[in-house]
Amino acid sequence: MKERSTRAMTKKTPLGKVALFLGLVLLGITMLYPLLWMLGTALKTNDPAAILREGPGAGIFPDDRNILANLFPPVWHWENFIEVFAVSNFARYYFNSALIAIGVTAGQLITSSLAAFAFSRLTFRWSEQLFFLYLATLMVPVSVTLIPLFIMMSQMGVVDSYFVLLVPPMFGAYGTFLLRQFFKGIPVELDEAACLDGCNAFGRFIHVTLPLSGPALATLGIFTFMGNWQSFLYPLVMVSSDHLKTIPLGLLDFVELNSANWPLLMAASIWSIIPVILIFLFGQRFFVTGVRLGGVKG
Amino acid sequence: MRHKNYTPWLFLTPSLLGFLAFTFLPILFSLALAFCAWDLFRPPRWVGLDNFVQLLGFVGRESPAMDPRVAIAIAVAAGIFAVLSFVFLRGWLRVTIIVASIIGIIILCLQFVEPVNGRFWYFIGNTFYLLLGLPLSMACSLGLAVLLNQAIAGRNLFRLAFFLPSIVGGVGIYLLWKWIFNTEYGLINAVISLVHPAGGPAWLESAAWAKNAIIIMNIWATAGGANMVLYLAALQNVDPQLHEAACIDGAGKWGQFFAITWPMVSPTTAFILTMGIIGGFQGGFDSAYVMTRGGPAGATTTISYFIYENGFRYFYMGRAAAASWILFVMVFCLTLINWKWMSNKVNY
Repeated sequence: MKERSTRAMTKKTPLGKVALFLGLVLLGITMLYPLLWMLGTALKTNDPAAILREGPGAGIFPDDRNILANLFPPVWHWENFIEVFAVSNFARYYFNSALIAIGVTAGQLITSSLAAFAFSRLTFRWSEQLFFLYLATLMVPVSVTLIPLFIMMSQMGVVDSYFVLLVPPMFGAYGTFLLRQFFKGIPVELDEAACLDGCNAFGRFIHVTLPLSGPALATLGIFTFMGNWQSFLYPLVMVSSDHLKTIPLGLLDFVELNSANWPLLMAASIWSIIPVILIFLFGQRFFVTGVRLGGVKG
Repeated sequence: MRHKNYTPWLFLTPSLLGFLAFTFLPILFSLALAFCAWDLFRPPRWVGLDNFVQLLGFVGRESPAMDPRVAIAIAVAAGIFAVLSFVFLRGWLRVTIIVASIIGIIILCLQFVEPVNGRFWYFIGNTFYLLLGLPLSMACSLGLAVLLNQAIAGRNLFRLAFFLPSIVGGVGIYLLWKWIFNTEYGLINAVISLVHPAGGPAWLESAAWAKNAIIIMNIWATAGGANMVLYLAALQNVDPQLHEAACIDGAGKWGQFFAITWPMVSPTTAFILTMGIIGGFQGGFDSAYVMTRGGPAGATTTISYFIYENGFRYFYMGRAAAASWILFVMVFCLTLINWKWMSNKVNY
């Protein structure tokens, strides 16, 4: 992302700069404070004996309502993060979420890029109409398809299985749309050159289009992964067995079993967002690409 | 670049099969389902428009709240007034008077009829209420973008800090906010009690405040996210010479903002608003399910939550399908209106 300031004209006084800087720091703290509080809560304890030993600040129900003083407890209870795995099937939920997010992402990338190549590079009958049909379904709310999909799956007897968690989400019109937009921007001359070298359509797809689409594929991959990692309604409807549950569903069970144990709950919640934060930190530039691909055109 | 006739279909097959089976077919199925009553245990029964009537229909009141003759007189007067203003007035005045007349006539009609299912209208109202967070969030996004669009130390770090809340999402974050809105020991009420010793409202346990709590959470989650990045990109495309020219003409900071920045980012505003309405109107399920279960007393039940409850808790499949099509039509109409309105306002 090219950085340049458009306010070249307004020369800032040093004082104004300091005020702006302090204002931004304050805003940044406000935005991050809930997350800090999440960490602080996760490090506290619900154990009455520990609270007696370490003082009221160690618990989540302090007598002193000064939040700044009580952000972090006197003794940090990192063991909460391990206890999460002991009191519930959390490792299994983690595995399921990872499997589904990775599997669906791989499936999406393969099906969408193949279809996008056909829509952007090959000529065939009904191509326009078919693409319009894809686009039209983007406007239809998820809840319209969810009910019939559930009925279809349960009539086929595959509801509450890995199949239903993995396969239907692999196909999406959005991925096809996004990649088609990107493929259209790749110069056709490259395809023509490959054509002269004797490449067939599949060869052009593998040797020309895909290598040049790294950023778009990474963007679609990251968004699909994050979307499926956090997906809630779909698995909630489709799955009821404990061994098939994903992290969001597992967290909900956790609430029901340990309703007032906020430290443990927050530790579990932090576990659930760690992969998301890691992906964000490593794939930052693709987020901007994604926002622009989906957003600004022309 | 020639290729065999069947080649494109080889590329399309995987996607097309999935699309037909898991998107297209369910849509057709859902359309038929909307006209049936089905609880999955007994065979489905064709009921025609009954589902829609049950959701959106009106019936006459047993005891009208007003003398019909008075009502007719008022309605005729309002109608004449609207027609006259349509003929003789122009611009905003005309629009205002016509809208006011229509609202007046609707209020009059409501003296004689009442909805079959008042709850569903209440849930539609909830969905619209939650949409009020969108302009607030957009204003925050634009404000943050303007602040960040200046030469300042640590700009990337600030952008990171603002962006982070928008990418961490899902059940974990809803649980965090449920804890933050805790009446006794939550963060928000602790801050409020610093300035207002009586303490804050009961937030998620209060029918009046629960929706506001969800709006606050949504603003936190979206203000620094994709919308801010879009605004930042738009601001960087504004020609600095425009600001120089305005500066020479003697425009102050706010003058420059309203004369240059705001019009120049209006395409971005239109885009964010459209996408936000589409998304926001379908949304509200996850947060309602995790934080309030649609309560208290249905105060946070949106249309999508209603669809889930009817479909998957009570197994009124037909009614849920009908509600989902009502949702679709509403999203579609809102988007159309928004586009029409925006295409007049946007400066390219």
